[in-house]
Amino acid sequence: MDAHILPRKVYYRIWLALLLLLLLTWGLAQINLGPFNIVVMLTIAVAKMLLVILFFMHVKYNPRLTWIFVAAGFIWLLIMIELTLSDYLTRG
Amino acid sequence: MGDAHTALQEQFDDLEQQKEASTLGMWTFLATEVLFFGGLFMSYITYRSFYPREFSAAGQHTIILYGTLNTAILLTSSLTAALSVHAAQENRTNWLFRYLIMTVFLGCCFLGVKAVEYHDDIQEQLIPGPHFRAGLPAQGQIFWFLYWAMTGLHALHVLAGVGLLSVIALLAARRKFSDRYHHPVEISALYWHFVDIVWIFLYPLFYLIDRYH
Repeated sequence: MDAHILPRKVYYRIWLALLLLLLLTWGLAQINLGPFNIVVMLTIAVAKMLLVILFFMHVKYNPRLTWIFVAAGFIWLLIMIELTLSDYLTRG
Repeated sequence: MGDAHTALQEQFDDLEQQKEASTLGMWTFLATEVLFFGGLFMSYITYRSFYPREFSAAGQHTIILYGTLNTAILLTSSLTAALSVHAAQENRTNWLFRYLIMTVFLGCCFLGVKAVEYHDDIQEQLIPGPHFRAGLPAQGQIFWFLYWAMTGLHALHVLAGVGLLSVIALLAARRKFSDRYHHPVEISALYWHFVDIVWIFLYPLFYLIDRYH
């Protein structure tokens, strides 16, 4: 019934990529990149999240309806952050 | 045995439809979880933007080794959770059980490391309040309040995941799942991966920012 049974090596590769990204983010934290430290760290965190969601959680192989449900949670989160910051960051 | 007739609930046409419905249901729940944690992430962003220097000073006291170790443990537990679903898809029920037990074990390791870390944090007087560590700015307490609240809430989720996957492992041992029917394994794994994702963000926010001195 599962149209997409991934080869097992895909999971090991994703895991390896996740550990390499962990090593990378830990290593970069030791170097002073000024304001870019946080940007780099969050970019790496988002990359790790996407690997987990797309492959470990199989969203890549799910119907489009699942994509909409997945995106909905994150879009509402971004709306909350955006509207809240547009207030706090623009106060005198 | 986990037969199609015992597994299929009457409101669904077939197992495929039932599986899609349970996946969507889990993602709906996870969307509420995103917003649940989102409120705390929002607080972190807001207060960090108010008190960047104070957060930076207070943030020097989290223990990077524990945080990094726990990230590796959780990422690996996500691998074993994914492999358990894979084993179910291939009807290798012995391996389904083994991977579930490995995932539960790694979840317990995470909680063990966290317990040791919390103990060290308490020794270092990093609890906000009248006995907060001397020498740190007062607003540093906000950082530590968020640390306890967010990692604590996350640890509760890990605990819930360990309980959930233990039940699934028990059912797997009783041969309740097969290649045709393993939705409970899949959606429990989804929950576990979500808990992993929350930690993926907690790790840089609490352990890595401004640590290059």
